[in-house]
Amino acid sequence: MASVEVLATPPSAPPIAAPAPVPLLRRLQRPRPCLALLLLMWIPLTVSVMFGGYLGDPLRTWILLPALPATLLLYVVAVVSWRESTIAVVGVSLVFFWLIVAVAVPFLPLVDPNKPLAPFTGIGVEKNGHLFLLGADLKGRDMLSRVLWGCQRVLVWGVTATLVAYVVGCMLGLMAGYLAKWWDQVISFIANVLLSFPVMVLFILILNYLGASGFNIVIAVTFASAPAIMRIVRGLTLDTKTRDYIFAAQTRGEHPLRIMIYELLPNARGPIIVDACLRLGYTTVAITTLTFLGLGLQPPDPDWGLMIKEAAKVAMLWKFSYMLLIPALSVSSLILGFNLMADGLREMSLRD
Amino acid sequence: MLKLIGNRLLQMVLIMAVVSLVIFAIFDSDKFKRQIAVAELGGFAVSALSDQDYEAWLDRKGLNVPFYERYLKWVGGVMTGDLGRSFEKNEPVTRLLGDRLVNTGILAFWVFALMVPLSLTLGIIAGMREGAFRDRAVSFIAVLTTSLPEIATAIVLTVIFALGLQWVPANSAMINGWDWRQLVLPVMTLVLYDFGYVTRMTRASMAEVMTSQYIRTAVLKGLPHRRVILRHALRNALIAPFTIIALQLNWILSGVVVVEVFFQYAGFGKLLLDAALFGDVYVIQAATLVAVFVAVISQIISDVGYTFLNPRIRFS
Repeated sequence: MASVEVLATPPSAPPIAAPAPVPLLRRLQRPRPCLALLLLMWIPLTVSVMFGGYLGDPLRTWILLPALPATLLLYVVAVVSWRESTIAVVGVSLVFFWLIVAVAVPFLPLVDPNKPLAPFTGIGVEKNGHLFLLGADLKGRDMLSRVLWGCQRVLVWGVTATLVAYVVGCMLGLMAGYLAKWWDQVISFIANVLLSFPVMVLFILILNYLGASGFNIVIAVTFASAPAIMRIVRGLTLDTKTRDYIFAAQTRGEHPLRIMIYELLPNARGPIIVDACLRLGYTTVAITTLTFLGLGLQPPDPDWGLMIKEAAKVAMLWKFSYMLLIPALSVSSLILGFNLMADGLREMSLRD
Repeated sequence: MLKLIGNRLLQMVLIMAVVSLVIFAIFDSDKFKRQIAVAELGGFAVSALSDQDYEAWLDRKGLNVPFYERYLKWVGGVMTGDLGRSFEKNEPVTRLLGDRLVNTGILAFWVFALMVPLSLTLGIIAGMREGAFRDRAVSFIAVLTTSLPEIATAIVLTVIFALGLQWVPANSAMINGWDWRQLVLPVMTLVLYDFGYVTRMTRASMAEVMTSQYIRTAVLKGLPHRRVILRHALRNALIAPFTIIALQLNWILSGVVVVEVFFQYAGFGKLLLDAALFGDVYVIQAATLVAVFVAVISQIISDVGYTFLNPRIRFS
């Protein structure tokens, strides 16, 4: 006991230098501040897009105000922490370009995206007292405004759908892997049934049954993605559950649910994050495609898939091809961003 | 091996039975039946349909029996090759689906005929020397084309080749009979979207083989480079891509929907979407079963092929 006390308060210790102050940026890179920033960016955006109708007009805009600095800060943090991989930085920049646009679009000096001004006005033409930088669509709505507003819905629904699919897939995967026995049998059979569908067929069937809306897209994506996620997590769980620290946890008498979430899940983190980036890309493609097919988000609010769908009927002329090209290139750039991010992350995880 | 195939086929039949029963149950709801009735009787809204007309229509179509009875009857029909009748087109489903499948088959054939040699060659060239300029170039192109969703590829190709240069028509409905020029854009779209993935897989497989001991031995032995690649490396490097290519058959059934709808090509994907939007149960049912069948068969081919091609597994 005495020695402990001596160690705790040395009689004449030299004055210990205060620890060097950690720079703010480095402190923000830790998981908890990062998560706080993410939530600060994400919750206002989601609430504004999904429940904007209930909030009313001024509130819907002002709720995005805290998200704006959070998004910018998060971009800086992401670039700094991934600066060793050029590919990842390019990917992150593309994704954050659209994220910043999504958050900032109500504050930009744009015209109402649903207001018909001058139909079939070309790029850079001034008509009816308004300069159309990217032209106007078939109903005379400003394309620039529509493209920028359109990214909100794709981003919010895409990320939400992926997130829900991941929660469901991880839970089922952990259960199938850790509880094994008949849990595994039942879950794996259902996953096999769902995996034997071509994805688009499954989407069409589910959305046709439930009806076309954003929430139903979330359900359809969950059905289509969760089995594949479940398989990955199940494999990783089978691998880690024979480790000693799991036995230790079992001996301590921890609840299986606690073991699954606190002991097994963190170990599956690496592959899951890379897969999530890729899957965000797939989901974005799926949402745009489904909206194009008439099974997704509904008019009149701007959305990339919807813009393609509306323009595809009338814009089959060289003169009007910008109506198709602009939304198509926008969605491609977002997906390219997700894919490059996944590539960069994989490269970095292989390096260390 | 035979047992494995038998097991998978049995599982497939089970899955198909479950799926078709679920679809029958789903589309048995009153909402859907009314929707079809309105579409067929030429009314304006579901609410305008009188109960008498609806009942009479149900009776005429034989839809007023419980769905499990219809299901049993349908299963009996499937055994004899009768898949029911389309509500929308008023045609036997077997003929309708057969025509559309042939069209999609032609599309898929050309996609595979172009995609497989292209992606294998590029993948092998890229994987021969990892990190070289040509490796980086091929990888970059592969990531870029895979990142463009099909709908975007279709649009870009249409704008360039159909609207700008006017080399090929933008529409592939084949209204005035068969025309190969109308097939160019759909095939190009699917190839461009798909070859990147196969190329990357081939490249990874080739790169892995090139770092192995036996290739080093062959090079040190003084064999010509061409011989090392063609006789030694390729044999092992092509096993993994084979499984991937077989699985693309499954993928193409998904990918084909968007392309066919965009280009108005009368194939399987367009049939499925039209049927789903109309609520045409028997067509949906048959199309889904075909899709599941093709998907499972492609998985079996991929598994069996992998086992057969890989001597380490074959002889163990």
